[in-house]
Amino acid sequence: MKMRYFLSLALALSAMPLFATGLHAQETGTDQSPGSAPAPAPAHDRLADRYYDPAAMARAEAVMMNGHGNLTYSQIRADLAEVRVTGADKGYHFEGEAWTGNVNRFVVATRGEGDFGSSGDRGAEKGRFKEGEVQALYARALGPWWNLRGGVRQDFGPGPQRTHAMLAIDGLSPYRFDIQGALFLSQRGELTGRIEAAVDERITRRLVLQPRGEVNFSVQDQRDRELGSGLTSIEVGARLRYEFTRQFAPYVGVLWTSSLGRTADYVRAEGKSASSAGVVLGIKVWL
Amino acid sequence: MPAIQFHRRQLLQGAAALTTLWAGFASTAHAASMPGARELAGEEITLTIGQTIIQVDGRPARAVAINGGVPGPTLRLRQGQKLRITVINELNEDSSIHWHGLELPFQMDGVPGVSFPGIPALGRFTYEFTITQHGTYWYHSHSGLQEMMGCYGSIVIEPAQADPAPPAHDHVMVLSDHSYVHPAGILRKLKVDPGHYARYPQTLAGLIAGKDQPLKTRLEFARMRMDPADISDVTGKVFRYLINGRGMADNFTAPITPGAPTRLRFINAGSMTFFNVRIPDLAMKVIAADGQPIVPVEVDEFQMGPGETYDVLITPQDRAYTVAAEAMDRSGMARATLTPRPGLAAPVPPLRAPVRLTMRDMGMDMDMSHGGGGMDMSMRSQANAPDVKLGPGVDMIAPMPVDRTGDPGLGLDKIGHRVLTYRDLVAPEQNPDPRAPQREIEMHLTGSMDRYLWSFDGVTMSEAHHPVTWTTGERLRITLINDTMMGHPIHLHGHIFELVTGHGDRSPRKHTVIVQPGGKVSFDVTAIEGDWPMHCHLFLHMAMGMMRVVKVRGA
Ligand SMILES: [Cu+2]
Repeated sequence: MKMRYFLSLALALSAMPLFATGLHAQETGTDQSPGSAPAPAPAHDRLADRYYDPAAMARAEAVMMNGHGNLTYSQIRADLAEVRVTGADKGYHFEGEAWTGNVNRFVVATRGEGDFGSSGDRGAEKGRFKEGEVQALYARALGPWWNLRGGVRQDFGPGPQRTHAMLAIDGLSPYRFDIQGALFLSQRGELTGRIEAAVDERITRRLVLQPRGEVNFSVQDQRDRELGSGLTSIEVGARLRYEFTRQFAPYVGVLWTSSLGRTADYVRAEGKSASSAGVVLGIKVWL
Repeated sequence: MPAIQFHRRQLLQGAAALTTLWAGFASTAHAASMPGARELAGEEITLTIGQTIIQVDGRPARAVAINGGVPGPTLRLRQGQKLRITVINELNEDSSIHWHGLELPFQMDGVPGVSFPGIPALGRFTYEFTITQHGTYWYHSHSGLQEMMGCYGSIVIEPAQADPAPPAHDHVMVLSDHSYVHPAGILRKLKVDPGHYARYPQTLAGLIAGKDQPLKTRLEFARMRMDPADISDVTGKVFRYLINGRGMADNFTAPITPGAPTRLRFINAGSMTFFNVRIPDLAMKVIAADGQPIVPVEVDEFQMGPGETYDVLITPQDRAYTVAAEAMDRSGMARATLTPRPGLAAPVPPLRAPVRLTMRDMGMDMDMSHGGGGMDMSMRSQANAPDVKLGPGVDMIAPMPVDRTGDPGLGLDKIGHRVLTYRDLVAPEQNPDPRAPQREIEMHLTGSMDRYLWSFDGVTMSEAHHPVTWTTGERLRITLINDTMMGHPIHLHGHIFELVTGHGDRSPRKHTVIVQPGGKVSFDVTAIEGDWPMHCHLFLHMAMGMMRVVKVRGA
């Protein structure tokens, strides 16, 4: 540090005829500290208007401003599109969304599941779409990592359906977990909720392990939807995907799901088991 | 027509042109991809911007070319001359040419919506100004993503007093990046998947094998939601790296004479690429930075950001050499060959190990055991940057940004040979304005990796209706603080500024300065009247909003 100081001092001195008048360690050029002069009033005029047609300049300025940070992008993606095999039962499950916007976005999200049927005796349920939902949302950025999503959710499928107002928060937590928490208020005043979390663990450049979990709950007992109050279900899985590209990655995984509390009682009353474990096979894809 | 012009112009250039022709012949197989005049001189010049297909390493790629070539022709000018350049836009969209690093009246600076209305589709515009400087500069489109598609060329300005002992050879080396896919597609991929082009992610396999960072560091970065492997947004996964428009296989080749000094004018015209430049087995004497002469300094390697230029002198032996311009993230390389005889080539060095960010790159370089000394060490404290708008577009505020002008650049700190730093640059003559700055302005470079948003002070250009205002003639100190984990080459139009690096009135003069991740840089500048853009020269960062208009008005 000292060396550098002397070096620059020597340089400065050799440059100045002042040398003869005394050895003041006079700082020059960029070695000097800045003063505290006041800033001028902000200028808002366009100087180029003096040389060019102001209307043409105004148009060009609007394009320039918009083109530097305010354009719209969009994506369609399926995070999960999979076949689930539990014992003799085969079903499918999908989750995905499409969005357009930039910082704030319009989102259409959907998820659903169905059965391919089983080799057992419940032939009546063969190939049945079980339940699905579609959400239309406005997603507003709360900060660099979190978004607030608000909108409506419409259930569809053969079972009892609801229309819900929904509010969700989604984003990236410390340690890079993808998290989404959502509350749904149905037109009948029933409140349900869902929390999802997933994390990508890169094993090699192309091989990614994704542990993923989901918890659902209901505030009320909803007999027709076979939901008991409290925690209704839990799902834990781990999927190993191979990224042929970042946009196309097939995966295999294991999955354990369980109904809980009163909800489990409803399930058992139908002669089904409350929890099941199986394997999944699917693709993660986006356009 | 362009081919005829090529020969006529070249012949007029005499001996210097013959060497250029030689370079052309040395790789005749690809000369067809670069039609048009390679060099233009004089007071009346015409440039034509048009769409074309070029061959990069034998594969066709779309390009926006100038006079049919990528890069466009070299403008060989002389200090003090007048220049009338007519630019014809044959595109079906607006275009423009900006004269990077030239001091000129702002209305000739060529930025649509700031300096002039732009050149309309199928229209033309004539730029008229006097050349006041000498040295190595370049020009490029400032419209849309045209620069990324090849719309650039070099400018060589001879000093008014001709060099009494010119080097035996004088070669322009335009470094750039080109992709076979449209840059709008690249930008969109980054916007929906910011890690899309990550080439060397850290893996579990790497951890088990003891490679890269240990678990503790990885967890620290994960806790901050940052990726220490995120060195470049766009990488060799989609880019081919070029020297004078030639890829690795195309191998641009230029002549040298054993024992005779040769001047190489490196221009980083890359849209998104920092290059590490070296010539294995050959020392480089850096003699100019951003067109401004510096006291010669001998190095083995230097890093340059988009927009920067360096002139070096080499004295080769009787053998061929490889000019290796490695992308900073080590995902690819641009390569050229210098040889005393056609047909020779030197080995191409392999890509070196991937670069990883450290806490220093997060502006957190300190002894953690001291507990930060009362400093607010959180990742995003308003107290550490009161003027920054802490919106969704700001994912960090460097708690302790340090002056990194003595650092050689990401990945070059433990390389084992001499690497240039900004502190090594010293002007040979006293700076034109050695006054003390009257005031200081701090500007933060901000961004959000996961949203792919880039800004100054947390505000994108599109949101910035409060321009930066300076007074004509005032001397200012601008301090740029990098609150992101990426280096940004910041370019101020129309001005040459002095870097504050402890060299007093012999400070190095530049028009583009890299602000290292988590670091800061100060420069002093004398304000020139006009409306001047100041922006990151990573073109996609500029497109995302890392730009401001500096309005300089009379007192
Ligand atoms: Cu940048």
